[in-house]
Amino acid sequence: MDTPSQKQYLDLYDANAATVCAHAPAVMNERRAAARAVLEATPLPRAGSEGHKYADLNAMFAPDLGVNITRVPFRVDPAGAFRCAVPNVSTLTGFTANDVFTAGDGLSERLPQGVTVCSLSDAAGLMPEVMEHYYGRIAPADNAAVALNTLLAQDGVMVHVARNVRCDKPVQLVNILGGAGIDMLAVRRLMVILEAGAAIKLLVCDHSDDSRANVSDAVVEMDLGPGAQLEYYDFEESSPTTSRYASVTVRQDAASRLTMNVSTLRCGTTRNDIRVELNGEGAEAHLGGMAISDGSQLADTSATVLHNAPHCISNQIFKYIVDQNGRGAFEGLIKVAPEAHHTEAYQNNRNILAAPTSRMHTQPQLEIYCDDVKASHGAATGQIDARALFYMETRGIPRDQARTMLMQAFMADVIDAISLEPLRDRLRHLVEMRLAGIHASCGACPPSVNCSNSEK
Amino acid sequence: MNDFLLEVKDLKAGIDGKEILKGINLTVRPGEVHAIMGPNGSGKSTFSGVLAGDPRFTVTGGEAYLNGVNLLELSPEDRSHEGLFLSFQYPVEIPGVSMVNFMRAAINAKRKYLGQEPLTASEFLKLMRAKRAVVDLDNKLASRSVNEGFSGGEKKRNEIFQMAMLEPRLSILDETDSGLDIDALRVVAGGVNKLRTEQNATIVITHYQRLLDYIKPDVVHILYKGRIVHTGGPELALELEERGYDWIKEEADRKD
Repeated sequence: MDTPSQKQYLDLYDANAATVCAHAPAVMNERRAAARAVLEATPLPRAGSEGHKYADLNAMFAPDLGVNITRVPFRVDPAGAFRCAVPNVSTLTGFTANDVFTAGDGLSERLPQGVTVCSLSDAAGLMPEVMEHYYGRIAPADNAAVALNTLLAQDGVMVHVARNVRCDKPVQLVNILGGAGIDMLAVRRLMVILEAGAAIKLLVCDHSDDSRANVSDAVVEMDLGPGAQLEYYDFEESSPTTSRYASVTVRQDAASRLTMNVSTLRCGTTRNDIRVELNGEGAEAHLGGMAISDGSQLADTSATVLHNAPHCISNQIFKYIVDQNGRGAFEGLIKVAPEAHHTEAYQNNRNILAAPTSRMHTQPQLEIYCDDVKASHGAATGQIDARALFYMETRGIPRDQARTMLMQAFMADVIDAISLEPLRDRLRHLVEMRLAGIHASCGACPPSVNCSNSEK
Repeated sequence: MNDFLLEVKDLKAGIDGKEILKGINLTVRPGEVHAIMGPNGSGKSTFSGVLAGDPRFTVTGGEAYLNGVNLLELSPEDRSHEGLFLSFQYPVEIPGVSMVNFMRAAINAKRKYLGQEPLTASEFLKLMRAKRAVVDLDNKLASRSVNEGFSGGEKKRNEIFQMAMLEPRLSILDETDSGLDIDALRVVAGGVNKLRTEQNATIVITHYQRLLDYIKPDVVHILYKGRIVHTGGPELALELEERGYDWIKEEADRKD
C-alpha cells in the first residue's frame, strides 16, 4: 500500500510544532497531542471503504498542499476579489480568507448585546471557559480528517450567543478559498455556541478561486443549550478544482430546535459529515440539503442523527440531481438509543439521474434500540418524468427549459423549508441558474454588492 | 397548393415494434370540426400522440402536414409553435411547477419562435385572466402547481384554458369527455365552441356520442384496427350510438 496521505501532515507538524503553537491560543494547542495520536493511528478513508462509496479522503489530502503555518495574512479584498454567488443577505458579515478571519465593516458594533462573532484567538481571551469547555469536545475525536484539522488549526471563528439573547438579523460568514498562488489546504474551524434560550440564524457560504486545486478541511462544532434555536445554512458554490471536507456536529440540549440546510451547488469533490446529537428531551432537528453534481463533480454527504433522549423529533430531506459524469452519494443513519422513547425520526433521500453516465449511491439506515418509536426512511433514485417532459413540450416549452423547470421543481420542497425569505428566493434563483448551466455569480446581484465580476 | 389545414397520408406508426396505425388518411380544412370515433384499442390515442410527437411511438411510414409544414420532422415544441394543440386524455401533474410559470414559459417560447417580444408580467397576467374566463377556471387553480390535486373536471378545464392561451390552428381533443360529469362537460364543450373560428379546426377523439351533442362535428370518422374504415356526416355518430361498434367491426373484418 502507498504511504497514507496523513504522513506528510504529521511530518509537517513535527517539524513546525513550535510555530503552529506560537500562533494559536493555549486551548487549541492542548488538543494537538491527542489529535496527533488519532491521525497517526487512523487512516483517512479511501473510496470504497465503509460509508465512503466514492469520497476518497486519502486522495483528497494526498497532494502537496500549502499550509499557512506562519500565518501570512492574505491580501485579498474578500468582498471584491471573488465571485460571490450568495451575496450578502445580511449586513452582519464575517470573512474567512483561507483560514484567516476578518470581521466585516462594523460587525461587532452592529451585533446585538450578547452576540459575539470573532476569531477563536479573540474568543480564547474573551470567553476562556467557553473555549475550554467546547473546543475540540464536540466533533468526533476518532475521525482522521477532524484530527488532521485539530492538529494543524491555528485559528477559526467563534459565534457565541448569550443566555436568552435572540439575534434577529442573520449573520453571514463567507469562506474564501485560494488566491495564494499555490494549491492550498485551508484548515478551518467554526464554533457556534448558543446558551440556553439563545437564537441565531447563520449563513455560511463557500467560494473558491477556480484556478487552483485547493482543499479545505473544516470542522464545525455547535452546541445548543436548553431551548436554544439555530438556523444554519451552509451553501457551497466553489469550483470543479476545489475539494472540501467538512465535519459538522451539533449537540442539542432539551427543547432546542435546529433547522439546517447543507447544500452543494457547485463543487469539485465534497464530503460532508453531518452529525446531530439529540441529547435533551424534546429537542428537534430539521435537516435538509441538496446537491447538483455534473461534469465530474462528486457530492457526498453522510448524515447521522442520534436520538439519545426521549420525545425528540428529527426530519431529514436530502435531494440530489446528478448529470453527465457526476457522482452523488448519501449515507444516512438514524440511531435511536434504548432510553429515547417517543422518538419521531424521518429520513428521505430522493435523487434524479439525468444522464446514463451519472451515478448515485444511497444508503439510508435505521438503528432502533427502543420500542416506542415512530420512524421511517426512504430513498428513491430515478429519471426526469418523461410524461411531464412531453406534456410541457407539447405546450411549446423547449426541451432543455422543460428539463430545467422539472429539476427546479424537484428541489422545491428543500428550498421551501428555508425560513429566511431572501435566502429562499436567492437559492431558488441559484438553482435555476445552475441548472440552466449559467454561473450564477453575475447579473443577479443587487447593485449594493461590491463584486469584481460586475463589469463582465 | 391545397387549402387543407391538416393533411395526413398513409400514416403508419407503432410502439415497441407493434404496428398500431396501419395507414391513416385524413384531411381537415380550416373551420371544420372532425370527430374520430372507434372502439377501444383501435388507435385513436396513438394517432393523436403521433401527431403531437409523443416519443413513445415510432412513425414507420406516411406523411402529416399542418398548413403545409411537415409535422413529422418537427420537435413537439415546434409542432406547438406551428399551431398544433393536444388536449390530453390524462393531463400530467407536475408538482412544483406553478401554472403561471408553466404558461409563461409556453407563451414566451411561442412568441420567440414567431419573432415577437416576450410579454411583460402585467400583459401576461391580463391574458391569463381573460382566458380563464373561457372555461371559468378558478384563480386558485391558476396559482397552483400544474394539475396537481386537480379533480378530473378541473384538469380538463385546464386543458381547454391552455388551448385558449395558445390559440392553436388545430386542436386535438383526446377523450376530453372521459371522467366528466354533465356540468363539467357542458363547460368544457362551451369553451371549445367559444374558441372556434373560420381559421382554426378541431379534431374530437371520443368513444361516445355524448360529447358530440355539445361539439357538433362536420365530419365523423370511424377508426378500427389502425385504419379509418368509415367516414360520414354527424348522422354516423348517432348511428353508432344506436347500433354500437359491432357492425363496423364485422364489416371491416369481412374486408380483411
